[in-house]
Amino acid sequence: MTVIVSQLFTGVSIGAVLLLIALGLSLTFGQMGVINMAHGEFIMAGAYTVYVLQKVITDAGWSLFVALPLAFAVAGLMGVLLEVLLIRRLYARPLDTLLVTWGVSLILQQLARDIFGAPNVQTRAPDFLTGNIKITDDLVLSNNRLFILTLALAAVVALTVALRYTSLGRRIRAVVQNRDLAAVSGIATGRVDRLTFFIGSGLAGVAGVALTLLGPIGPTMGTNVIVDAFLVVVAGGIGHLKGSVIVAFALGTLQSLVEYSTTVSVAKVLVFVAIVAFLQWRPQGLFTLRTRSLA
Amino acid sequence: MSGLVVRDLRVVFDGFAAVDGVDLEVAPGDIRFLIGPNGAGKTTLVDAVTGLVKATGSVRFGDDELLGRPVHRIARMGVGRTFQTATVFEELTVLQNLDIAAGAGRGALTLLRRRRSVPVSVEEALETIGLAGLRDKPAGALAHGQKQWLEIGMLLVQDVKLLLLDEPVAGMSHDERDATGALLRVVSADRTVVVIEHDMDFMRSFANTVTVLHAGKVLSEGSVAQVQADPAVQQVYLGVS
Amino acid sequence: MTARYSWRAGVGFAVGAVLLFAVAPVALSDFRLSLLAKYLCLAMVAVGIGLAWGRGGLLTLGQGVFFGLGGYAMAMHMKLADAGPGEMPDFMQLYGQLDALPWWWRPFASPWFALPATVLLPMLVAFLLGSLVFRRRVRGAYFAILSQALAAAMVILLIGQQGTTGGTNGLTDFQGFFGYDLDDPVNQRMVYFIVAGVLLLLLAIARQLMLSRYGELLVAVRDSEERVRFLGYNPANVKLVAYVAAAGMAGLAGALFVPAVGIINPALIGIVPSIEFVIGVAVGGRATLLGPVLGAVAVAWAKTALSEEFPAAWTYLQGLLFVLVVAFLPGGLASLVRMVRRRRPPPDPAPVSPAPVVSPQEVRA
Repeated sequence: MTVIVSQLFTGVSIGAVLLLIALGLSLTFGQMGVINMAHGEFIMAGAYTVYVLQKVITDAGWSLFVALPLAFAVAGLMGVLLEVLLIRRLYARPLDTLLVTWGVSLILQQLARDIFGAPNVQTRAPDFLTGNIKITDDLVLSNNRLFILTLALAAVVALTVALRYTSLGRRIRAVVQNRDLAAVSGIATGRVDRLTFFIGSGLAGVAGVALTLLGPIGPTMGTNVIVDAFLVVVAGGIGHLKGSVIVAFALGTLQSLVEYSTTVSVAKVLVFVAIVAFLQWRPQGLFTLRTRSLA
Repeated sequence: MSGLVVRDLRVVFDGFAAVDGVDLEVAPGDIRFLIGPNGAGKTTLVDAVTGLVKATGSVRFGDDELLGRPVHRIARMGVGRTFQTATVFEELTVLQNLDIAAGAGRGALTLLRRRRSVPVSVEEALETIGLAGLRDKPAGALAHGQKQWLEIGMLLVQDVKLLLLDEPVAGMSHDERDATGALLRVVSADRTVVVIEHDMDFMRSFANTVTVLHAGKVLSEGSVAQVQADPAVQQVYLGVS
Repeated sequence: MTARYSWRAGVGFAVGAVLLFAVAPVALSDFRLSLLAKYLCLAMVAVGIGLAWGRGGLLTLGQGVFFGLGGYAMAMHMKLADAGPGEMPDFMQLYGQLDALPWWWRPFASPWFALPATVLLPMLVAFLLGSLVFRRRVRGAYFAILSQALAAAMVILLIGQQGTTGGTNGLTDFQGFFGYDLDDPVNQRMVYFIVAGVLLLLLAIARQLMLSRYGELLVAVRDSEERVRFLGYNPANVKLVAYVAAAGMAGLAGALFVPAVGIINPALIGIVPSIEFVIGVAVGGRATLLGPVLGAVAVAWAKTALSEEFPAAWTYLQGLLFVLVVAFLPGGLASLVRMVRRRRPPPDPAPVSPAPVVSPQEVRA
């Protein structure tokens, strides 16, 4: 019994990581329809922000809390830059956006290699996150996993509130639902696009900070997480944050339970099969058909 | 020739009934115009008949029930449609557009070979729609009206028996409109035709019978004169214009 | 018109054959020739991507999976042939985890199974995945991401099963290729000739597919899938043919890559190499027949030339290629060629003004 509970907790914490790395995408991909393959490198930028910051602020606890907003800003600005320079020209060509941003991701990875070196580096975790909470003898919850779970939930709540109750959020949703109508209603859609991209990319930076707590960071860390992140948003559905949230935790739990009975690699493959099967049941793109002009 | 029989058709989007219990009978060979204010459910009705949206009730064409079948099956049963915005394959030539439309029944071997000659039906359709001289032009380079005619031509070679046209003359010049009307006469000779149209002059010249839809329901039905004389219609629709 | 096309195509194929079979073997050293064999294998993958992506709009970011399936099928056969009847391949004995050959290795001992499998296995996987996702109208970016996830899953599986797949090391150290010693330069040359011949064959197949009625239909599906549906076709089947054909080509490429280069491993088939297949196609011209081939060879050559001395510079260049070509020259270099051609006056000027519209009634009369 405790084994199942402890695997469930592992699943929830895997889900929390998935959710953090996918949350920004659910905004840029899910709401705006932009396929940004450099999202993984924005995560990397957030992680390296912690690394650099710890050279200045040696206290790991303080640097973590300063890093959260700072990484948000760094990754967010990178996102805005990308939107202004490239993505804006490619809104009508989503598949080409994918390839162009892949190129950007290659360049950013190499930049990271040239600046920080190719080998992975380790950041220091604050003391209060290195311990465990012991619930029973068999069930031990690690502090940093709990912290990431809290961070992920906080990010979801903050994003939901921002989208639902602020005027910016209303404008974002207006542009998503009907760009032309929003423009006619006096909303500067270009500025809303940039702001949406800032927030979505900024969330990637926050995810990067969280990833520093789980292991070493390196130039290729973005590539390792980007596919998982996209799968979460694809399965979660366009335009619905709650879809991404549910899918992230479901996949995390599935993976952790399968992992326990087989191996990590089999679990990964089964998760992929599960997503394909899921899309058989609930395919995306089916509901966005416009009939009056098929073009 | 077969007629179209619609019984108690309902299409519901998120609790909103876009088509709310429509009964409709189009006799074989009829040219039926569907009119009504925006949001009356005209296009949604056509969407339901062609399988694009889910609907309840019954749509029979001849002896076949159409509801519940996938779009391409319905098309193979002889039901064809056009769209408000002309949708042709812009990168393909006029000839290629028609050839594809003519070929839904082709076997794998024919498909994997090159087109050696122009099928007779395609040749005839090129003449009928007046685009014979532009056959090797990419469809994307055609004028708006020509694209609409190409779409009608595609329906001809597709050998449909029921034509559903969604605003075929919207945005056309006067001459183009007349030519389209003449084209309609030609194609309707051995087909059943349903036209959605806002253009009242066009309707008066070419409609055989008219159905007025309002808020997802049939408001009135009959000849052009009957419908125009109907006080209910004048109130919700014609009176406004 | 058709006659002129096939005449030109005949000349084109003849020139290609002369270059590949007569000029290259004389002009290039053994080392360069074997490099060219490697590039030509990558070009075969590009031919398939040109068909699926350029003509069909299916951006497949997982061609490495099919390349890998073909490659591993061939490599398993060669490993078993090297080991001799009833023996286990060297690496399995080395790891010492297994007492007997796994059941799924056994059929690959027979060339009659292994050779068809290099093509049919990838096609089968593509068929299964394709019929699932296309039928449910998973398309565009969703399809691209799923195909990429497939590549990720395959690599994880291969690495995880180290004892039976060679893990990250993959399969390498082959001695013979159907009884011929691979260390002998003469036999390496023979492999090159096979590769070149197969590439020409695949080009001929791709050309036939593109020029056939099916090819026109594929373009129609790419540009307006729904419209095709209303003409009575099922677009899922149209896409499936292109996807499965591209998978078969990638499988064959992988199968020939193994004797030509001497290795197959997860690093050659994962997410990164899979998307690298695409950039050559984009550079050359995605919707053309020859563009993908030339683009793939050029990019592979540039990679070899640059990445040994300046690995960082190569990565930047590759990134820039993705950005600049795809964003600003989506037709690839082929579109430049076409622009230059259009500058010259056309041989038979087309009518400038649209033909007068004939009233349909007049036509009928």
